[in-house]
Amino acid sequence: MSAGHQFNQYSQKVIEHFTNPRNLGEIKDADGIGEVGNAKCGDLMQLFIKVKDEIIEDAKFKTFGCCAAIATSSMITEMIKGKPLSELKDVTNKAVAEALGGLPKIKLHCSVLAEDALKAALEDYQRKKTK
Amino acid sequence: MLPYLSEDLGNPLSRHVLGDKPREAIEDARQNVAELIGANPEEIIFTSCGSESNNLAIKGIAGAYAKKGKHIISSPLEHHSILHPLKNLEKQGYEISWLKVDEKGNVSPQEAFSLIRKDTILITVTSASNEIGTLEPVGEIGRIAQEKEAAFHTDAVAAVGLQDLDVKELNVSLLSMAGNIFYAPQGTGALYVKKGVRILPLIEGGVQENGLRAGTHNVAGIVGMGIAARIAKDKLSERQKHLSFLRDRLIKGVLESIPDCFLTGEDKNRLPNHASFCIKFIEGESILLHLNLRGIAGTSGSTCSSEALKVSHVLDAIGIDPVWAQGSVVFTLGIENTAEELDLFLKELPPIVEKLRLMSPLTGTDNIDKFRYKK
Repeated sequence: MSAGHQFNQYSQKVIEHFTNPRNLGEIKDADGIGEVGNAKCGDLMQLFIKVKDEIIEDAKFKTFGCCAAIATSSMITEMIKGKPLSELKDVTNKAVAEALGGLPKIKLHCSVLAEDALKAALEDYQRKKTK
Repeated sequence: MLPYLSEDLGNPLSRHVLGDKPREAIEDARQNVAELIGANPEEIIFTSCGSESNNLAIKGIAGAYAKKGKHIISSPLEHHSILHPLKNLEKQGYEISWLKVDEKGNVSPQEAFSLIRKDTILITVTSASNEIGTLEPVGEIGRIAQEKEAAFHTDAVAAVGLQDLDVKELNVSLLSMAGNIFYAPQGTGALYVKKGVRILPLIEGGVQENGLRAGTHNVAGIVGMGIAARIAKDKLSERQKHLSFLRDRLIKGVLESIPDCFLTGEDKNRLPNHASFCIKFIEGESILLHLNLRGIAGTSGSTCSSEALKVSHVLDAIGIDPVWAQGSVVFTLGIENTAEELDLFLKELPPIVEKLRLMSPLTGTDNIDKFRYKK
């Protein structure tokens, strides 16, 4: 085995979300869609949200990327589901990484991607609402 | 090997009796390593690994021949232990010409010929890239280099023990190898330097290895490398046959069972133990982690699997779209692998790919560009 980035740097929780991702898929009539990342650089995340009475009623994701990208996508959907929009500012990249029992340093940008996806989905929701 | 870790601990350089046995053991090993590549024993310098051998070759020639010239020819397929020293030399005023590579990973000897100048001191081209497996035309480049009187180095780390390499037939002036590739202990390596070719040492101090590599010998490691070299030579054709049979079956199996997947490198003219692919719409590290959870180990050239977070320079050099390069996977076979293990691998891989494709927003898209330049 060569030393480099190693799989055993991932927490059990990360592996668990990676192998059994929650809320996988698309929401056809989503109220907001956030798409961030770049396929050229190896990670691309799509986050779909359904909002009712200022609460995230449903959230789903699709992700192209490494284990950490998939696990953070899965985790952020779990964290936002059922939450009022006013409380979403607590769902930061740090909070997502912590909920996963930490991420290897080199993979922390994946949690930033998840937070960016959420921001983009909320912006899209606001845009659609004001139309 | 074991006696040299427990009983025979004398320094091979010592003149007293304790040094005799280790010294003889090293010379036996040198003989075996030389025979593996058709060299003379006095042309072998023991090092600590393939990277050290590569550094010694590049910096050693650059230093020794600086007065003759500062022009070097190389290829974009090289390992980082070649590329980094070359880029450093560039900063010191050396000029590097880079050979073009075709989409299967072949360099052209004719191009090398046309690039040679009066001040060319070295051509360095790998025998085979460990990322795509294509066997390079080392013999033809060697002939050209000899005709033009330039030194020719080949990084044969991925090939020694798997390919029939004879430094005299191939007209090679320097050749790097690493013991662990042919089942010697890790931390062993050697550089072949043809008689008459001068290099400067990286590590100066004592007179070990003719003063070209100072420092107390790793006696046990060198002994292990010698034994492994002897076995590798004896069993070369048997190993080649076994490995290439499994390799062909692996390549066929993967291409047949996974749609939207292509082989990287040459299909036949490649290392006998090597298979490499790009699996579209998904990312390499995810595939490898799933395989790892099932006890199967591979590597990838994707951005996410690298510490540097850069996509493989070799895949880039052969013109692979960076989006597909993210789905690169490399599998190397060992002599102990069996057809049964291979069948298990071929059974495990397709559902993993399917599962990851279900998650990927790229899956099935006919317009990859719309996912390319987003933030």
